[in-house]
Amino acid sequence: MATPTAPSQQEATQQADHPADAVVFDNVSIAFEEKVVLEGVSFRLPLGETRALFGVAGSGKSTILKMALGLLRPDSGRIFVLGEEVTSLTEEQLFAVRRRVGIVFQESALFDSLNVRNNVAFRLMEEHISDEEIERRVLESLRFVELEHTIDRLPAELSGGMRRRVAIARAIITQPEVILYDSPTGGLDPVTSNTIVELIVKQRDVYHTSALMVTHRLQDAFTMATHCFDKKTNKMVPLPKGQHSEVPMSFLLLRDGKVIFDGDARDLVNSRDPYIREYIS
Amino acid sequence: MALELELVSPFEIAKDLVLAVQEYTLLAARSIANFFRRPLYMGDMLQQADLIGVGSLPIVVLTGVSIGALLALNSASTLQRFGGITLIGQLVSIGMVTELGPLITGLMVAGRNASGMASELGSMIVTEQIDAMRALGTDPSKKLVTPRVAATSFMLFFLTIISDLLGLIGGNLVASLLFGLDSRQYWTSAWQILVFRDVFMGLVKPVLFGFIISTVGCYYGMSTRGGTQGVGRSTTQAVVASSVLILIVDFFVTKLIFALFGVR
Repeated sequence: MATPTAPSQQEATQQADHPADAVVFDNVSIAFEEKVVLEGVSFRLPLGETRALFGVAGSGKSTILKMALGLLRPDSGRIFVLGEEVTSLTEEQLFAVRRRVGIVFQESALFDSLNVRNNVAFRLMEEHISDEEIERRVLESLRFVELEHTIDRLPAELSGGMRRRVAIARAIITQPEVILYDSPTGGLDPVTSNTIVELIVKQRDVYHTSALMVTHRLQDAFTMATHCFDKKTNKMVPLPKGQHSEVPMSFLLLRDGKVIFDGDARDLVNSRDPYIREYIS
Repeated sequence: MALELELVSPFEIAKDLVLAVQEYTLLAARSIANFFRRPLYMGDMLQQADLIGVGSLPIVVLTGVSIGALLALNSASTLQRFGGITLIGQLVSIGMVTELGPLITGLMVAGRNASGMASELGSMIVTEQIDAMRALGTDPSKKLVTPRVAATSFMLFFLTIISDLLGLIGGNLVASLLFGLDSRQYWTSAWQILVFRDVFMGLVKPVLFGFIISTVGCYYGMSTRGGTQGVGRSTTQAVVASSVLILIVDFFVTKLIFALFGVR
């Protein structure tokens, strides 16, 4: 089993100057009303890699994503995102970092009073980009998730899977360097889940975006570890046997607020830890 | 279903209260500071001004006319007894401009808009839309709170003027139709009794009330916890708290302006 490693003080300083990692958690702890949710969590997400976060409900997976964006502050420890120490930034300074990071919330969190176009274009409208440019990029993003026809609809008129895909379109419209997915396939049927997984793999293999993905569905993460996106056919295809370690995909398992596994699919499958064996069985 | 009662210590209640006051103060201060920071969401301000100002117009028209008419009706019987029916214009004018116009308009707008703001922002909190907004690099305080504060304070000022005028018209209708008072006499006495202090008081109050309504509505909305039940709770609390605060502030502002103008 691979073990989590915490970056040293010196490494953390280097991280700020020349980020080799998209996200670094350094000994991070947080508690809510005396309930410890995360305790001394450390891990790195290298640039271009997608990492799946697992753990039972309430194990702090979504909290990790929110802390990475500075939406929640840890009680102790440091967090670096694209070289910036988000734990030391003010809310005003954080907005600059957040513009480089996309997030897909668990329940999509689309603005219910705005139509799909304005939801997807929200960030661009805030940056006062020209209407023509906004229209072009909105259509490009919606084409990526194959939902151009929903452009004038309100979120309430979309299915759960469509809402999740619009949320992905909103997250990728500025081509962020890191994307955080919070249970992107949760509560969806297998066909729609597969569509979402394919979109995440496409984002990983075509745009080489770093990603943290919270999920309860092991099969989704294993699909991502055993498939790659074929640009020619515009489809996700299985990797030949023996090449699984070539995709930038890794796994992180949380238990009782601590990281108990940090490694790739092969390490996970070969783990002898009884809890991990039970979890993946 | 078993009823579970949880005992909370007075210390905890006091601590929560102090924390709430601190958070409200921060939100209110930030909403003002945002006027001096870019971006300033003019489009959102205009949209809120339309929703709050134009949207509240029917209820303000109705209450303005009713209060003016009722004020005239109730005071007329007493004035008639002392042969002072000609003073009805003065009474309605002073009552509406200094007190009832701002107060009733404030309470009506509080009922309509503080609840609306709390429920709208509360729903956005529980569906993670506020987090999404922050994640997309937009400050919810600038985008959601400041436009509401600006729009409510600005529009309540004009709504109160409309309410005052309609109250005087309501009083005039009662005075002329029921008590046969000449309209010209009514308006002359209503106009002549007003001094700068009265008009000043009547125009300062709505700006303060607008600030209270919007900041309290936004505070309860932004601090919503506990799903849809929490949204309902925030909505009720916003109306109650803003109404009570308006009444308290009204008393102290009246007292302060009297003191400023040397009236005891």
